[in-house]
Amino acid sequence: MDGSKGFEDVRTGEQMIRNFNLNVGPQHPATHGVLRLVTELDGEIVERADPHIGLLHRGTEKLMESRTYLQNAPYMDRLDYSAPMNQEHSFCLAIEKMTGVQAPRRGQLLRVLMAELSRIGNHVMNVTTAAMDVGALTPPLWGFELGREEVYTFFERASGARMHCNYFRPGGVHQDVPPALLDDIEAWAPKFLKVLDDLDGLLTENRIFKQRTVDICVVSEQDVYDWAMTGPMARSAGLAWDLRRTQPYDLYDEFDFQIPVGKNGDCYDRYLMRMEEMRQSVSIVLQAIKKLRAPDGQGDVLARGKLTPPLRSDMKTSMEALIHHFKLYSEGFKVPAGEIYCATEAPKGEIAVYIVSDGSNKPYRLRLRTPGFAHLQTTGYYCKGHQLADIPAVIGTLDIVFGEIDR
Amino acid sequence: MSDALQTLGEYLADRRPDCVTKWWITNGDLTVEVPPAALIGFVEFLRADATCQFTQNVDITAIDYPDREKRFVVVYHFLSMKLNQRICVQSGVREDESIASLTDIFPSANWYEREVFDMFGVVFSGHPDLRRILTDYGFRGHPLRKDFPTSGYVELRYDDVQKRVVYEPVKLVHEYRQYDYLSPWEGAKYVLPGDEKAEEAK
Repeated sequence: MDGSKGFEDVRTGEQMIRNFNLNVGPQHPATHGVLRLVTELDGEIVERADPHIGLLHRGTEKLMESRTYLQNAPYMDRLDYSAPMNQEHSFCLAIEKMTGVQAPRRGQLLRVLMAELSRIGNHVMNVTTAAMDVGALTPPLWGFELGREEVYTFFERASGARMHCNYFRPGGVHQDVPPALLDDIEAWAPKFLKVLDDLDGLLTENRIFKQRTVDICVVSEQDVYDWAMTGPMARSAGLAWDLRRTQPYDLYDEFDFQIPVGKNGDCYDRYLMRMEEMRQSVSIVLQAIKKLRAPDGQGDVLARGKLTPPLRSDMKTSMEALIHHFKLYSEGFKVPAGEIYCATEAPKGEIAVYIVSDGSNKPYRLRLRTPGFAHLQTTGYYCKGHQLADIPAVIGTLDIVFGEIDR
Repeated sequence: MSDALQTLGEYLADRRPDCVTKWWITNGDLTVEVPPAALIGFVEFLRADATCQFTQNVDITAIDYPDREKRFVVVYHFLSMKLNQRICVQSGVREDESIASLTDIFPSANWYEREVFDMFGVVFSGHPDLRRILTDYGFRGHPLRKDFPTSGYVELRYDDVQKRVVYEPVKLVHEYRQYDYLSPWEGAKYVLPGDEKAEEAK
């Protein structure tokens, strides 16, 4: 009845309906950055959604090939700018493994502390803005003050920068934290848990929020394997896969924490899991503070050696220390030839650094494996058959940040 | 951990001698070298075999070695969540050669292969939708090749007269600076300005 058989007289306007193509983005508040989504709609139903990415592509991998390892560290912050410290973690661990350096205990504890604070910052951002995408304006207003603003103030007090901290270094962390900072983080924790409870009361049993998230974007176990999902996306399908537990790095095997897994694999499950992960992170933060105050948690924060700068006081008296300092910040250190794939559990999933070294002071090739790239790929797969209005819910639950997808 | 990888490496070399040309363990990673023709069969084996169960293809990337005959090394990373192990599979391809796409086995390979195609120009045969992914619409060249300049070839700006974005060849106000601090006493291959005269004098 499409008119090709010569039945022109039965043709009416309604039979000529064709699918509607709609371009979403690149600038749209619900795309969490610069995502252009070319969609094909059959009425309200999405037939096809093709993400066009790369609008934030800065060529990080190319730039890193022409800079020394130390100069490359700040690029890691600029990948996933909502959880900066977790990226640095992968990078530093990769170099430490290649050079055979182990960070001292206090350095590792501080890294765990900061990584968990980062995770909280990221999840607050994701949970509240994803709620905003489906219609709730209040959560970001309630969550951002204690969940992000305060956390970034802690980062600033530790590293001097709020977002792009460059705090983790190969061999430990840049500087020790003042004792007052640990006290303040400890005082912040119960207040933040109260905010989480408030958010819980606002969203968890909220009728509209449940209508918008339950049974949307259901992830099955096979999907997790097929689409290389990690992090909360994989755990929502019931797989208790968390690199902090399965392939522990730094001192995570000393910490006591639970890994929430989902039962239904939908957006609502992932919301609940992220809320619980934040509570677990708060518990890890408190444990880390306790360990930092313990006698065996004292000491240097950097493994002093070729990878790290000498103490300032040594530089005033020792010529060798001064030369070392100059050579470290100009020539940099050399990493033995070889390759490594080093992954850590970022809030969004597995973030890995694949370094191919030729033995010089710059990486020959540095590949950044980011979770967002793998997750965003599934947009087309999951949006198909959902309503147009569900696209923001799907994008929100994938937890994407374009800094890490486009690199 | 290393013992388990050693066993796995030996097992793979034993079971698939036609596929595994070389394998080694560095920094706690097991790497297997596979000829491009045997890739699909080997990956299917990795996924299905009970001692491997590499059901996730977490990453695909490439490395450019302009001096080698097989210029690109395509690198695949697989993860087994069940057995908690990783493997890296490498395959060398010439510039004019294509490599089979993994999209039929792992849908996640789709974007990874598009990215490798975009960045290196490696063609994946059998890929359903091999478009550029990260670079601009109408971009030319493959940025992560070693012979591609870091500054690129074109820059764009908004032209107020034409009322649109225009592309122009890159004009750098000063030459692109490549600071090289490698110590001339150890490792650096270049000749310092003026030193070539010393060679001539000999």
